[in-house]
Amino acid sequence: MNALAVRRRHPAAIFILLLLGLIVTGAGYAALAPKQATAATASADQIERGRRLFLTNCATCHGKDGLGSPVGPNLAGVGAAAVDFQMGTGRMPMAEPGVQAPRGKKVTYSAEEIADIAAWVASLAPGPAVPDAEYTTAEGGNAGRGGEIFRVNCAMCHNSAGAGGALTRGKYAPKLTDVEGRHIYEAMLTGPQSMPVFNDNNISPESKRDVIAYLKTMDEAGSPGGMALGSLGPVPEGLVAWVFGLGILIGAACWLGQKGA
Amino acid sequence: MSTTANDRPAMGLRTGDAPVSAPPSAGAKKLGGAVGWVDDRLGPAKGVNYLMKKVFPDHWSFMLGEIAMYSMIICLLTGVFLTFWFVPSAGHTVYDGSYVPLQGVGMSEAYASALNISFDIKGGLLIRQMHHWAALMFIVALSAHMLRVFFTGAFRKPRELNWIIGCLLSMLALVEGFAGYSLPDDLLSGTGLRAAEGFMQSAPVIGSYLAYAVFDGPFPGEAIIPRLYSVHVLLLPAILVGLFTAHIVMVAVQKHTQYPGPGRTNNNVVGFPVMPVYAAKAGGFFFIVFGFIALISAIVQINAIWVYGPYDPSPVTAGSQPDWYMLWADGALRLLPGWLEFSAFGYTLSLNVAIGALGLIPVVYGAMAAYPFLEAWVTGDKREHHLLDRPRNQPTRTAIGVAAIAFYLVLALAGSNDILAIKLHMSINDITYFFRAATFLLPIVAFWATRRICLSLQRADRNLVLHGRESGRIVQTAEGRFFEVHEPLDEYTRWKLVGFEGQEPLQLTAGTDAHGVASPAAGKDKLRARLSRLYFQDTVQPVTPAELEAAHHDGHAHEAIEGGSAAELEAGSSSGHH
Repeated sequence: MNALAVRRRHPAAIFILLLLGLIVTGAGYAALAPKQATAATASADQIERGRRLFLTNCATCHGKDGLGSPVGPNLAGVGAAAVDFQMGTGRMPMAEPGVQAPRGKKVTYSAEEIADIAAWVASLAPGPAVPDAEYTTAEGGNAGRGGEIFRVNCAMCHNSAGAGGALTRGKYAPKLTDVEGRHIYEAMLTGPQSMPVFNDNNISPESKRDVIAYLKTMDEAGSPGGMALGSLGPVPEGLVAWVFGLGILIGAACWLGQKGA
Repeated sequence: MSTTANDRPAMGLRTGDAPVSAPPSAGAKKLGGAVGWVDDRLGPAKGVNYLMKKVFPDHWSFMLGEIAMYSMIICLLTGVFLTFWFVPSAGHTVYDGSYVPLQGVGMSEAYASALNISFDIKGGLLIRQMHHWAALMFIVALSAHMLRVFFTGAFRKPRELNWIIGCLLSMLALVEGFAGYSLPDDLLSGTGLRAAEGFMQSAPVIGSYLAYAVFDGPFPGEAIIPRLYSVHVLLLPAILVGLFTAHIVMVAVQKHTQYPGPGRTNNNVVGFPVMPVYAAKAGGFFFIVFGFIALISAIVQINAIWVYGPYDPSPVTAGSQPDWYMLWADGALRLLPGWLEFSAFGYTLSLNVAIGALGLIPVVYGAMAAYPFLEAWVTGDKREHHLLDRPRNQPTRTAIGVAAIAFYLVLALAGSNDILAIKLHMSINDITYFFRAATFLLPIVAFWATRRICLSLQRADRNLVLHGRESGRIVQTAEGRFFEVHEPLDEYTRWKLVGFEGQEPLQLTAGTDAHGVASPAAGKDKLRARLSRLYFQDTVQPVTPAELEAAHHDGHAHEAIEGGSAAELEAGSSSGHH
């Protein structure tokens, strides 16, 4: 106790206290924060059940016939793939109006419910269906070729590492790490939000599978050089050089400066 | 051989003698052994002796330049390692190394060899990352060193030339860095080169000729990588090392500046001799810097070229930024509005690009190099200065420096506008508009605020010197009055607060001669006097011994702690009110 009292006015005391506080808060949050729910995949199409679910959960914005309103687009022709993507990634229903629907922290609807709604929306007008599993797992894909397709078609918005990028007026291309292959495929197929559509004539199903394979192998390769700093390139690197690099070396210089002969 | 000994029995008489050798030279007497052998032939003892006894003052801020020097040495060492495997060629090849996501992809030999260094050569990735981190730290440290020199006034006579060499070093380091990160021929570096080609083309009249000359034809061509390689490993390192040597020699010749303090004058240097203290410190610091850069390179990834993929002129990646030291130039480009491009008579003048890409760096570095001369002209101070200023004692210079930092920071942040937009969930358009205004407004605000802060700090110093530190001890007098006891400063602390020069604006000389004829230089003098007034406006004078004496002997020194100037203080203390 006495030893502590002597040191409480040490210049480092405030930093140590801050650090302790941060560690305790962080560890507490990590222990208590709600965990992400995982939705199982299944397929059942019960159009009537889907219509009823739609009326209670989606019709406020999209209209009771799904034909749109001033605050939500017309869903005729978007197909089951669009519903599976938007609801399967937690983007719909949107929690609040905004420039863009963010990826949901958790998916509130079960796979069956999503499939029901998708079946009803698909019945409005023909549109892209939920893709075949053959093309949505990375299996059989050529990662090298997928990388070339990705850099030419996707990297200008999503960043070559899939770390995401800024679009105009607060919109953005989300990061692509930790996204299911099926959702990547559906996004290309339906062009959600600001994204253009890459239909099967632009990028064939095999090529889409290559892109998914590339993203998966990139995920698996990790960052061989150490911490990736968000894969955001030179800006965070420069920040680290200034804050940690210069900070620590100046600390060393001060220490050396104190050591007189 | 030994048979001859028997032929001369007289030799036996000398067996007890010491062996004869040549008389040692003066140097060898001191140094002995191998060192003496070298000194006999080349005679460095005198010079080395001089250098070893050279005194350097000790302060952490004097070691910023050392960090830069050591980082540069680390770059040279690791760079040599990289040249063993790097292939500076745009020739086509298909990757078959161990990084799975790129297997079977066509790319240049330069990129393939950079991947090989990263994944298939033992220790290659670590050395590559050390090379890059050391390069970043080199420019970080030299920038910090430059700021230290600026804010303490170390650039003043007689060191103006060394300041100019420093500016050149800093500018060339940017070019060297750019050439370096353009070499691996990944998607990001190729995008940077494409931008550089655009900058060249934006030069009026000569633009397209310049770009064709540099790239040996249309972009990208095959010439740029080998050319950049020569520049990066040969030309610029040679110039950098040469200028750096001149920089260091000039420090030794002109002696190091020092912070004011007891016993430190304009004519001496108080510190430790190189041998043994400073050599140990500097040598130790080299290993600290080396160790730190090795550590950060081992745990933090830098320039992940395998993520960017091989260069191809058609794609571009989101978040394409240059390394941090080029961010401000990139930021200027991002801020310049498109309507600055004009077309007339079939020619296009792309000022929206040229101002930021071609104008900014030379103009800013030119202003930096010219500053010592401008300040000397405005202040009329032509004397030699070996004692450094505390930044607060030069409010206007400090304010100019902070305004320049604000300008630089706005441009650098503008260069990161897309990263800011996604990380802060803001609109990139709004960020850009804000920075456009901030480019002009923030430096003005920074100038004004810094100046006022400096003046306030100076006034606080004056108060502290005149009336001492508030001790927190409240004393009740016999009459029942309360006052707080102020402890006088000790002499060492006080010296720091009073040991600077008071400054006065230049007096405007009469613009006319005795006959009433206007002097030809009258206009210039007027401008100079006006600038000088601006420079020294509201200047706070150091406490004089007489003022200190007065403050100590008025008997009520503890009571007057709120007054600003000496006059007010005296008035305040005599009235007995506080």
